[in-house]
Amino acid sequence: MKFAVIVFPGSNCDVDMYHAIKDELGEEVEYVWHTADTLDEFDAILLPGGFSYGDYLRSGAIARFSNVMKAIQKAAEEGKPILGVCNGFQILLEAALLPGAMRRNNSLKFICRPVTLRVENNETMFTSLYEPGEVITIPIAHGEGNYYCDEETLTKLIENRQIIFRYHDENPNGSLENIAGIMNENGNVLGMMPHPERAVDALLGSADGLKLFQSIVKYWRVKHVVTS
Amino acid sequence: MSLLLEPSPTTIKEEKLYREMGLTDEEFAMVERILGRLPNYTETGIFSVMWSEHCSYKNSKPVLKKFPTDGKQVLQGPGEGAGIVDIGDGLAVAFKIESHNHPSAIEPYQGAATGVGGIIRDVFSMGARPIALLNSLRFGELTSPRVKYLFEHVVAGIAGYGNCVGIPTVGGEVQFDAAYEGNPLVNAMCVGLIRHEDIQRGVASGVGNTVMYVGAKTGRDGIHGATFASEELTEASEAKRPAVQVGDPFMEKLLLEACLEVVQSDALVGIQDMGAAGLTSSSAEMASKAGVGIEMNLDLVPQREAGMTPYEMMLSESQERMLLVVKKGREQEIIDLFAKYGLEAKAIGQVTDDKMLRLYFHGEVVAEIPVDALAKDAPVYHKPSAEPAYYREFQQIDYVPHVENYEETLLALLAQPTIASKEWVYDQYDYMVRTNTVVAPGSDAAVVRIRGTKKALAMTTDCNSRYVYLDPETGGKITVAEAARNVVCSGAKPLAITDCLNFGSPEKPEIFWQLEKAVDGMSAACRALSAPVISGNVSLYNETNGEAIYPTPIVGMVGLVEDLDHITTQAFKQAGDIIYVIGEAKPEFGGSELQKWLEGRIFGKAPSIDLEVEAERQEALLAAIQAGLVASAHDVAEGGLSVALAECVIAAAGLGAKVTVSGDIVAELFSETQSRFIVSIKKEHQAVFEQLIEAKPIGEVTADGTLRIENEHGEAIVNLSVEQMRSVWKGAIPCLLKSKA
Repeated sequence: MKFAVIVFPGSNCDVDMYHAIKDELGEEVEYVWHTADTLDEFDAILLPGGFSYGDYLRSGAIARFSNVMKAIQKAAEEGKPILGVCNGFQILLEAALLPGAMRRNNSLKFICRPVTLRVENNETMFTSLYEPGEVITIPIAHGEGNYYCDEETLTKLIENRQIIFRYHDENPNGSLENIAGIMNENGNVLGMMPHPERAVDALLGSADGLKLFQSIVKYWRVKHVVTS
Repeated sequence: MSLLLEPSPTTIKEEKLYREMGLTDEEFAMVERILGRLPNYTETGIFSVMWSEHCSYKNSKPVLKKFPTDGKQVLQGPGEGAGIVDIGDGLAVAFKIESHNHPSAIEPYQGAATGVGGIIRDVFSMGARPIALLNSLRFGELTSPRVKYLFEHVVAGIAGYGNCVGIPTVGGEVQFDAAYEGNPLVNAMCVGLIRHEDIQRGVASGVGNTVMYVGAKTGRDGIHGATFASEELTEASEAKRPAVQVGDPFMEKLLLEACLEVVQSDALVGIQDMGAAGLTSSSAEMASKAGVGIEMNLDLVPQREAGMTPYEMMLSESQERMLLVVKKGREQEIIDLFAKYGLEAKAIGQVTDDKMLRLYFHGEVVAEIPVDALAKDAPVYHKPSAEPAYYREFQQIDYVPHVENYEETLLALLAQPTIASKEWVYDQYDYMVRTNTVVAPGSDAAVVRIRGTKKALAMTTDCNSRYVYLDPETGGKITVAEAARNVVCSGAKPLAITDCLNFGSPEKPEIFWQLEKAVDGMSAACRALSAPVISGNVSLYNETNGEAIYPTPIVGMVGLVEDLDHITTQAFKQAGDIIYVIGEAKPEFGGSELQKWLEGRIFGKAPSIDLEVEAERQEALLAAIQAGLVASAHDVAEGGLSVALAECVIAAAGLGAKVTVSGDIVAELFSETQSRFIVSIKKEHQAVFEQLIEAKPIGEVTADGTLRIENEHGEAIVNLSVEQMRSVWKGAIPCLLKSKA
């Protein structure tokens, strides 16, 4: 299976994502510069964290106009797994691949620390290896992770089980309904503020994020076997 | 100011306008002799920044020469963007610390942010990939609204810049004392990783080669920043806000990636950051080091604003700019490489053979100065030095504190902002990005692994400036020794140090004496602990309205962890482990947290230190750690043994400790006697450990979540729940920030 890590000017968790896939997951992975025209050769797309375009104007607001976004749109329509973490999540929101918007953390401060999450839906291509309701430790590092959407959208998110992760012990940023990560209706685009790629090695504190990537691989293998 | 409005050379001399730029009458006369004519306005400006203390070290050079800078591990000593030490496997570590005190006193967010930006460029200009940031901060007491504002905005500035560039801020220290009320200290350190063959130097060799400008455009910000940094702060300093630069971390991130790509190209000859004194210092220093000259056409310099004069361009300290020397004919490769990152690389001049810095503007020569006069031949002063009266007085005092309630005292010390948890600070720093941070902020030293090897780097910044004030020589020794203790406790062998000498005005003999003595002490400790000085920075004139800060020679140390298995933290690990203390307590309370809390001020003698004993204990402890015998290690520092024990249990999850002390209880619990450690050991290692190191068992780790300290009769003199101590320790700084002054 081959992963793409999209690199925008100002991305800085691209290295973390790359090494998580290559060293810990043991799958193929390549960096893809934001000017790329196609992502056809890749089986899954990862949008890493960081400060694309310096977060100027609004997090993700400039990156959504990058050339590669057309290819990401296409991959989303084809049903390929797409994961946006932190700034990657913000870009997916700005690109309307996911509903809702981000506000500044309610503390108005950047926050970096490990937090606990509850897996709200384990029947997805991203979470199938977690237990229902499993509580996992994954770090956050963001200044704008306070998720918001209107009531109608929220109702839909809840009805369709699109809320994938909720903050468990404490809500660090004031997000609506303790939302930490959501998925699109199709079930192939996941955006989350916590960094699973920073939790793949117990030496650094937690390996709870690894199952997320392993779930993607499992999904792909099953699908690949069925279709070929 | 347009060229026509600039004062003429005669006016500059007659009206002594050079004084406003920081040149003395004697220095101006020297300039006249060097040029054989009167300097024009631009040239006067160039001399004044290059001869400022900040750029020339003219007052500190004779003192800095005393530092030991050699060692078999040293690949690059002081004098370049950063020093470099070998760590084996063809890898090396580049690091340096630098101050941004004055800008931060005036405009804390941008002052701190650009301090971080500058030190990152120093490291990647060597060709090294920055892998970690640290900092060292000093503020007044956290009670005045102004200090709270400075503290909050400095921290936000460091976070805003480092987080965006994507370099983890893994460690640092913050202390609060009235001595820093008007003159906070903001020192930033960057650590980079480099392969030996990629090491770059800031030289401009090769006559005919092209000088290229990359990065942000030049604006009118930061003009005379280096001069501003070399004078005392006064009420008028607020008017110098325009001398503070504005940072753009996004530009820095692009520049960083592009420069690390360009160092792989053999078209590159030399590279240097345009730091203090911007275009002037980078060009003059690169030329002087290579024994050549440089000429530049200022019309070609990318400019942010219209109508900029040569004076403004040469003195601007606009951020995120680099100067490159590139092989002639290979310019297009460089232009293309930078274009990938949306950056412009522009040829603005060339290397010449006449050792002159020559500037053209609108077709005319507007400055022509021998480069050596600006760089290596800048004036050097041997300032008079005098032992201050306070020092003699303090040496006569033997301070004995009176403590009645040990529990209350311990809780009060845990709430002192200097001791209290700095979580409020480091929660705002992305300390994990690049996913190599094994030991996060909060332990003795931060530890960052080196991917693809079994090695890691331990790093720390330290300085107890109270000791340095009471006794600069002893305090200087302690500063280096404490940094080494932190590194050793983390399982690493000290490699080298970088230092930032923050002092008052060297014009005052008492201040100059502090500087000399502190450097003597630091040098002795560097020798004893085999940790040479490989880079550093001097920040003098840290005074507000005539009042100097405490002498504050910050030490940044990096150590090598040979194997990830050696990484050790201060947290107790398991109930039943035996707790040992290495080193005896003496009744030493001068400059202690206890004295500060009881008396509201510090006085008396600094704690003594024997460097031979220090070195022996550090070596023995490291050997025990490397042998896998040590579960936890922590140095005994501010607040003494009781605070250190509290920190060991607070850092552990759900554990406690029961220990016994005897003799002079106040000294045992609160003395800040040097060269002491608390370690915990699994019972099965007891025999081997005791053979290896002289240590005294004082108790054991418990599972009951309390810290119980008993006297020799078995009576509890401290019996506190860890939860209560943690809450006091964690809550102190947020509480002070919220409370109304």
